Amino acid sequence: MPDTVIKAENLGKSYIIGHQEEIGGGYLALREVLVHNIKNFWHKTKDIIQGNPIIQGSTREDFWALKDVSFEIQRGEAVGIIGRNGAGKSTLLKILSRITEPSAGRVTIKGRVASLLEVGTGFHPELTGRENIYLNGSILGMTRIEIKRNFDEIVSFSGVEKFLDTPVKRYSSGMYVRLAFAVAAHLEPEILVIDEVLAVGDAEFQKKCLGKMGEVASEGRTVLVVSHNMGAILNLCQNTILLNQGKLIKAGNTEEVVRYYLASNNKKDEVSAWNEPEKAPGNKIFRLHAVRINSDGAYKTDVAIDKDIQIEVEYWILQPGTISHTSIHLLDKLGTVVLASTNFPSASIKPDQWFDKPHPVGLFKTSCTIPANFLNEGIYSIHVILLSNKGADEVFVKDVTSFTVYETGEMRKEYTGVWIGVVRPKLAWKTELLNSSKEPGKIERN
Amino acid sequence: MKMKKMNTQVSSKTGSHQTTNELVIVLEQGRADKYYWSDLWRYRELFLILAWRDLSVRYKQTVIGVLWAIIRPLLTMVVFTIIFSGVANLPSDGETPYALLVFSAMLPWTLFSSSLSDASNSLIQNENLISKVYFPRLIVPTATIVTALADFLISLVILFGLMVYYRFVPGWQMLLLPAFILIALLASLGPSLYITTLNVKYRDFRYVIPFLVQFGLYISPVGFSSSVIPEQWRLLYSLNPVVGVIDGFRWCILGGESVIYWPGFLLSIGIVLAFLWLGVSQFRKMEKSFADLI
Repeated sequence: MPDTVIKAENLGKSYIIGHQEEIGGGYLALREVLVHNIKNFWHKTKDIIQGNPIIQGSTREDFWALKDVSFEIQRGEAVGIIGRNGAGKSTLLKILSRITEPSAGRVTIKGRVASLLEVGTGFHPELTGRENIYLNGSILGMTRIEIKRNFDEIVSFSGVEKFLDTPVKRYSSGMYVRLAFAVAAHLEPEILVIDEVLAVGDAEFQKKCLGKMGEVASEGRTVLVVSHNMGAILNLCQNTILLNQGKLIKAGNTEEVVRYYLASNNKKDEVSAWNEPEKAPGNKIFRLHAVRINSDGAYKTDVAIDKDIQIEVEYWILQPGTISHTSIHLLDKLGTVVLASTNFPSASIKPDQWFDKPHPVGLFKTSCTIPANFLNEGIYSIHVILLSNKGADEVFVKDVTSFTVYETGEMRKEYTGVWIGVVRPKLAWKTELLNSSKEPGKIERN
Repeated sequence: MKMKKMNTQVSSKTGSHQTTNELVIVLEQGRADKYYWSDLWRYRELFLILAWRDLSVRYKQTVIGVLWAIIRPLLTMVVFTIIFSGVANLPSDGETPYALLVFSAMLPWTLFSSSLSDASNSLIQNENLISKVYFPRLIVPTATIVTALADFLISLVILFGLMVYYRFVPGWQMLLLPAFILIALLASLGPSLYITTLNVKYRDFRYVIPFLVQFGLYISPVGFSSSVIPEQWRLLYSLNPVVGVIDGFRWCILGGESVIYWPGFLLSIGIVLAFLWLGVSQFRKMEKSFADLI
């Protein structure tokens, strides 16, 4: 029986936004309001006298940050919320965490919600680390008993033992964030709502945070995470909601939704391509035409782990005699660069015949092949770099396309568990018998 | 945003029954909130911790620290005594030393004015909390009042010092002082809830308060006894709720020496309650949009 803990029905949130002459910035002064009202009144009167209809929209507009969003979240689910900036992710979290009221629709929530829209909410710079643990904990909804119980754990997780009685204004920003996260990580609500908290701290600490989040999710608590870090979302969440301009675009299996999102970012489903050179990324020397993934004889975004992956980069050369080089960066879902490669002879298996030759004006295709059984399963994205004149001119197009390497079972005949690692090459293995002994339990040493 | 509590029956497939007292919250625009006050009670720890935060931060990185709570009212009292008694030659209540007369009014006035100005600015000062976490917002202004109360209690010590100095023995009325402290707090809570709500939307009120407090000091009977007001104007004068509060305090502290003007006092109390109702209802009406407006 499904146990729905969050049920959103046609949820919407509208803000009245003003244009230019409208008082804005959230900092209203009564004088401005009065002046504005007088102006407004005058404009309306003028409109009536001239017989024009009164146009309210010229100064005010209802802006729907969120519109008609419906979804259900089951108990113990970890759900990611992704989307571009301004997609309504934060607004959704603010509604779910009761900070702001929906303008339309409704949400039914079972259980206590703790929200973590930023780390260190309510930290007071003058108070010591110890005091701030209590302050921040209470603000986040922990009881004093809960904080006491978890106090030692919080302190050791943050690693600021030595500075516990120092005002946090003397902390380094790293220590501050670590302490703040440590408190947050020990929240024990039924439903946890997190916004972009993963984007703080150094790599080491981020890893620790991700681990903690995973733990929270696996403990059967319901977790909602908003993040731009697809790696974190893929790691933590089974299901994901994709928002765009306040609307729910896609919800479901995380891999699928993330793939859809990354693909929609590039506006094309199968390939990233620009048909008009003027609009393509580039400069006066070259423009990118397309970046495609070719595997098993077809363009695709899902490639089998046991097939070669050919990355094809098509570009226009606009100036005759250009000497150009092509490079790619391959990144995994966490944004780690898996490899960088370029068509220099010393860096290729076989020299590229166009290497160091002046190119005529025209459309070129440079491709490189990543061997089968090399990458691990997962999502990879590609940066393309076009270089000319020994690197003086460069076109660097980030995240131009992405592809998913999926499992075929080719390497999983013996072991079926999680196969860790960024790459998963087939390597040469052998075992030799160096010395044998007839007596069980006794080995002669050489 | 509203919430609703109910008991949900959760039955597992094995047939064993388990009753959980699970919170069910329904968020919908303008939904009536049945459990607002019990929710407020649930967040009492946050109230205490915010009050504690304000208290402990108050005199951080100052040299004389809590002495400020003593010096300020003491100096004001000295100045007022010199001006109103020495220069203006105003009469005291009965045989009361003028300094005591002034100080017994300084106490509620400082309590009233500092809680009014602190609470009025409380919401915008806690903007980061309001836009990032949910809790009943009423906690914020009420918690700041605790700071004013703490300063008040410190000043109370000075009062006892003065009483010893002037060999003044208070009457049984002194036992009723806590009730009047409560009235003073409520008197400031009402307007400050109203003002802090307005402050979220129109920051003008941030500048209105210091003026209001300064003005109020002179129209309230702080430096003089309210018995100097001509009889026919006293009821009108009591429209200022602080008049009732101060008269009450003087009656408590100075005992029989200060006579309370009951019709005026009751009027003041009525006004206090009216303001409180207005403040709370306005606050609750606007509470849900604080995060959007702040």
